[in-house]
Amino acid sequence: MHPAPSVILFTTLSGLGFGLLFFLGLGFPNVSGWVAFVFFAIAYALSVGGLMASTFHLGHPERALKAFTQWKTSWLSREGWCAVLALLVMGLYAIGVIFLDQRWSGLGLIGSLLSLATVFTTSMIYTQLKTIPRWNLTLTPVMFLSFSVAGGALLAGQTAFAIPLLLIAALVQILYWRSGDQALANSGTNLGTATGLGDRGSVRAFEPPHTGTNYLLREFVHVVGRKHADKLRAISFALAFVVPVGLLILPFNHLVGALAVLSHMAGIATSRWLFFAQAEHVVGLYYGKR
Amino acid sequence: MGLVIDLDTCVGCHACVISCKGWNTENYGAPLSDQDAYGADPSGTFLNRVHSYEVQPAEGAAQLIHFPKSCLHCEDAPCVTVCPTGASYKRVEDGIVLVNESDCIGCGLCAWACPYGARELDAAEGVMKKCTLCVDRIYNDNLPEEDRVPACVRTCPAGARHFGDLGDPDSEVSQLVAERGGMDLMPEMGTKPVNKYLPPRPKDTVEDQIDILAPLLAPVADEPKGFLGWLDKALEKL
Amino acid sequence: MTHQQPILDTSPKVSDEVRKTTCYMCACRCGINVHMKDGKVAYIEGNRDHPVNKGVLCAKGSAGIMQVNAPSRLRAPLKRVGPRGSGEFEEISWDEALDIAVGWLKPLREDNPEKLAFFTGRDQSQSFTSFWAQNFGTCNYAAHGGFCSVNMAAGGIYTMGGAFWEFGQPDWDRTKLFMLFGVAEDHDSNPIKMGIGKIKARGARVIGVNPIRTGYNAVADDWVGITPGTDGLFILSLIHVLMKAGRIDLDYLSRYTNAPVLMNAAEGPEKGLFLRDADGKPLVIDRVTGQPTAFDKPGVRPDLTATYEMDGITHRPVFHLMAEKYLSDEYAPEAVAEECGIPASRIRAIAGELARVAFDEAFELDQEWTDFRGEKHSKMIGRPVAMHAMRGVSAHANGFQTCRALHVLQILLGTVEVPGGFRFKPPYPKPVEAHPTPHCKVTPNSPLDGPHLGFVRGPEDLALKADGSPARIDKAFTWENPMSSHGLMHMVISNAHAGDPYKIDTLFMYMANMSWNSTMNTKGVIEMLTDKDDNGDYVIPRIIYSDAYSSEMVAYADLILPDTTYLERHDCISLLDRPICEADGAADAIRWPVIEPDRDVRGFQTVLIQLANKLGLPGFTDEDGSAKYTDYADYMVNHQRKPGIGPLAGFRGADGSQVGRGDVNPNQLDRYIENGGFYLEHIPDEALFYKPWNAAYQDWAVGMGLYDSPQPYLFQLYSEPMRKFQLAAEGHGDRQPPDHLRGRITETMDPLPIWYETDQTGNEGFTVNALTQRPMAMYHSWGTQNAWLRQLHGRNPLYVPTKLMCEHGLKDGDWAKVSSPHGEITVPVMEMAALNDNTVWTWNAIGKRKGAWALQPDAPEATKGFLLNHLIHELLPPKGDGLRWANSDPITGQAAWFDLKVKIEKAEAPADAQSQPEFPSIKSPVGTGPKDLAWKVGK
Repeated sequence: MHPAPSVILFTTLSGLGFGLLFFLGLGFPNVSGWVAFVFFAIAYALSVGGLMASTFHLGHPERALKAFTQWKTSWLSREGWCAVLALLVMGLYAIGVIFLDQRWSGLGLIGSLLSLATVFTTSMIYTQLKTIPRWNLTLTPVMFLSFSVAGGALLAGQTAFAIPLLLIAALVQILYWRSGDQALANSGTNLGTATGLGDRGSVRAFEPPHTGTNYLLREFVHVVGRKHADKLRAISFALAFVVPVGLLILPFNHLVGALAVLSHMAGIATSRWLFFAQAEHVVGLYYGKR
Repeated sequence: MGLVIDLDTCVGCHACVISCKGWNTENYGAPLSDQDAYGADPSGTFLNRVHSYEVQPAEGAAQLIHFPKSCLHCEDAPCVTVCPTGASYKRVEDGIVLVNESDCIGCGLCAWACPYGARELDAAEGVMKKCTLCVDRIYNDNLPEEDRVPACVRTCPAGARHFGDLGDPDSEVSQLVAERGGMDLMPEMGTKPVNKYLPPRPKDTVEDQIDILAPLLAPVADEPKGFLGWLDKALEKL
Repeated sequence: MTHQQPILDTSPKVSDEVRKTTCYMCACRCGINVHMKDGKVAYIEGNRDHPVNKGVLCAKGSAGIMQVNAPSRLRAPLKRVGPRGSGEFEEISWDEALDIAVGWLKPLREDNPEKLAFFTGRDQSQSFTSFWAQNFGTCNYAAHGGFCSVNMAAGGIYTMGGAFWEFGQPDWDRTKLFMLFGVAEDHDSNPIKMGIGKIKARGARVIGVNPIRTGYNAVADDWVGITPGTDGLFILSLIHVLMKAGRIDLDYLSRYTNAPVLMNAAEGPEKGLFLRDADGKPLVIDRVTGQPTAFDKPGVRPDLTATYEMDGITHRPVFHLMAEKYLSDEYAPEAVAEECGIPASRIRAIAGELARVAFDEAFELDQEWTDFRGEKHSKMIGRPVAMHAMRGVSAHANGFQTCRALHVLQILLGTVEVPGGFRFKPPYPKPVEAHPTPHCKVTPNSPLDGPHLGFVRGPEDLALKADGSPARIDKAFTWENPMSSHGLMHMVISNAHAGDPYKIDTLFMYMANMSWNSTMNTKGVIEMLTDKDDNGDYVIPRIIYSDAYSSEMVAYADLILPDTTYLERHDCISLLDRPICEADGAADAIRWPVIEPDRDVRGFQTVLIQLANKLGLPGFTDEDGSAKYTDYADYMVNHQRKPGIGPLAGFRGADGSQVGRGDVNPNQLDRYIENGGFYLEHIPDEALFYKPWNAAYQDWAVGMGLYDSPQPYLFQLYSEPMRKFQLAAEGHGDRQPPDHLRGRITETMDPLPIWYETDQTGNEGFTVNALTQRPMAMYHSWGTQNAWLRQLHGRNPLYVPTKLMCEHGLKDGDWAKVSSPHGEITVPVMEMAALNDNTVWTWNAIGKRKGAWALQPDAPEATKGFLLNHLIHELLPPKGDGLRWANSDPITGQAAWFDLKVKIEKAEAPADAQSQPEFPSIKSPVGTGPKDLAWKVGK
């Protein structure tokens, strides 16, 4: 898949934002007033910013409201609802915490669950796609959620949660990569089934339909070299998990905390780039790509 | 309603591709645009493209198969389910999968969900384009009845494309599918495509008939002189 | 929310109006419905009523809208202001353009008309352009057949009075075995696709003989991946097997062919010539009387075996000679298998299948008919084997003999002009005797003494001057290529440049991209076009060129006469030259301006009429000097070639009720337009088959004006005209070839089909066959600038068989240096498995020159696209005899494009991934096309 910056930005930022909201809704850190404002501002900046970024790739962003209509069937529509509801509920909750010094913990819990639900719906947009075996895995939502809560814990300054959650996320990441690498082969889809010609012999794509490129090739066919991918995986893993955990073990100060957050964000963004760039859409088979 | 595409007959001429481009540029929805039309990297929206594949059997010569591909109007169309706005829909009356362009936000998710590469986002219009099965032809009272078929079917010189009601087991297309072993693409995707492909017939079999053919080739005489003798006798019989 | 299905208008208005005309996106001439909205072209589809395409239309045809609006359209007459090849022009008025042309041409006509060489490329108005050239008085006229498919056309006409494509077609509805030789996707494309579709729908068998398994060969049930240039040998082997097994149609051979004709067997000046009666009719032995009898005498039963002694000279039937020749073991499958690259078992199996279908699946049609000998037949016997070939077998130096061999195979099986077999289309069948001979007598200020092109009957018809030197600039109809019935357009520029046989003054060309893909030795030709003599004058002094588009050739002309697109013009697809007939009927068609040009351009034929009027050419002007015709439309209606016979056969007579013959009808074009742009006259049922011998057909053809009198004839298995050239080479007769050609004429002009090796001199080390073919969605240079089609084929790799890919360590996208004795190119490669092991190929004419066709200079056509033409020279490398032999068929002069042998080596990707050789950009006289397109004319 084409690693579109808008979508990488969206999923990375909003994942962290909703992860932070999850913790804020549960009362971690237990802050109020201006301090709370800063935390909520960061959470909203990340989640809303991410959502805004996601509209950059739309052909008609002005029609975005129509996306709320198909919640019965569409994970994208559900994501929209969850995001709006989470932001509204958390907004009310934030007003209480910031301005009224009130912690409506029931509301906070609902907001936290909605935040997680938003991340889950986001992940389901990808997970549901049988066309992209690397995404069509149970581990995909697990990964999105584990990254979100680990990043949220980190942003919320909850070292006690952050270290184990980062370790879990790191484990999930390794498992995801492992099963992702097998996914296309395991899916049973190949040029033989794609063309129905597989039982006649080995099938090989000959001339492409057009010598020029097209939307499908631009959108779905992106080949990352194996060596390059391995290098990026190592960098991503180090930045997202190893460095933050290392920093968190050190005595806490705000600089170290900020460094851990930045490193984690860069690592997650890299992992997300790989998530897209390495994902093989089965349409590529028709074009003899992969 | 749907198409049956005969892979034994398609010669790969691209007639359907361009006829489709012409009709759908002028008709349903936004025109199918072309970017860098006369430049280094021309790229346009097409709703139908003809691939080609080589098949190497375990024994014998490699075969080449031309492979037209457009929307298969799946019964369980994943592109419809994923659409957040309802712009993508499958018509109740005939099962045609369409995009209502005025509702399309151009998110591209339907194209992601389609295993067949049947949907292309038009770069000029920002909306998703796809085969409409020429819904503006097949019921069109302004066309003579015989022309109420998709543009690709009407134009196909080799007659490799058939249009009809695949839901009716007695229809000509259904009969064709039954006779020729019509197949689905990527059945494992569970999309239940309506369009079917007729597989190529067995190739390169003439030598397998040698038992029948060899007796036909028994020499009439061993020597040229004997040949003239045979000739004389044969002429007598005429 | 529940989904609400939108309400659709499923019956939108399709167009304001449909205008029916004839396509010109290639040479097929399909009928098209042009849908108009607001006076503009909105959509183009096939015309269901049209005899050629019956509603279907190919990719090119449907992309016509992009052609009609192409940015590469020329806009006004151009006068060259920079050096040739620079592309520097200024736009001038038509008055000025015509004055310039007349200023050049008039003095030539007055002094020496042969100083004008007028050659038209993909011209579909040859009966008109040749009429113009004839009235101008130059002998130097031809179209592009010489570098296209003259072997097929001439081989067919000399053998059976017609060939494939425009001459005839398989009986698609009845054939059960269709055998296709060589690349055929480029001519008659929709009808063949429709025919293959019909065969496939019936589950009948298609056998494809072609080194490359694409297109029709991809759908063939059996693919014979033959070694290029060996088709003739393969066919002769099939003939060997079939004859040896007696699986031939003896009744057919004895009745309808010259197999029984008696031939002088004694050494001497008559050897191999037919025994004729006082009327010149070939004689056969009648099995009833045992006496020599004219072949067409009522009741005669020709004998295939009996010989005849007269004055001590033995006369043997042609069939004796055939038996001797083809039963020889040199044609046994085992003997040819290696050369052809086809296992002997496969050759036998195919011969067996031919025999099985032709004889065991024979059938009868309940249709009475009467033959030319007056014999009535109660049935028509069907032999459901049909064949087709086109440029693939044609464009070899042994192509003429191969085409003859193919027809002989068809005839031996009795499958020509019978149900299920191959059928002629009017005005064919037409024997050689009904065709003109070539004419070349030039007289200042007078027309030529007759038609330029024709069919020689022997050395007496060669176009030679009194001193024996070639009369024509292209050396057609000379001892070098005696049967060059279509001329040799590919030799014109090199001969004119060399002043051999003489210098010319003005080269006038139409629709021929001679500085690019339509010529061999592209670079050399460019140099010849721009070469100057010691005085600083161009060696070819003046060049006039007409084209509708900014092709590569434009830059090399001094004066450009811009043509219209095909939807803006009148055209006439006439029974007088290359009509659109079907086996079941005679048909012709027109083009008419369904839109008016939005530029200062004129249809080329109209411009020729305007030039003719200014030059006062007879045929175009009355005695008082007044113009007969104002434009081409006027000519199409009012010209009469013979009384009552004009360019269009339909709706003749004052009231439009006559067909074929009839007075001029002033409303004829309106009647054509009302009828969909064509006219079709069905052949009566009893005349549908056996046309060369069918009295009902012959009478019908006379009524239609196709013949002046019935012309029944025999198929010429043995070609007597060829024997006459051999006799001359043996020293007989008063017109004698130069000594250095005697051996070659004797060897190649065998009156019975033979096969000979075409491996060229200088090929040591060059062992790989290299071919081109045209993609079905492109046609030469007509289509490559088309915004839709260029997305399908915007660049062309060299397709390399798996074996050679492995041998040279190549993988897809790598580059290879491909060289021939003449040159080298460096190009990208792509692997192909379904390909002859020792053959590489590419798509023809995708490669474009930078600056041409209104493309951006970095267009892939100009960067990655390439031509094989750079590797092919019009002359073969010197072989040490002091001569340069032409790279063409020694019989017809057909350009031997497909004899190319190359060497392939892996190469570094050139800088900027630019295929080599790279030519400097030429300045575009029309700028470049727009960036983006979203074409919709209706609202």
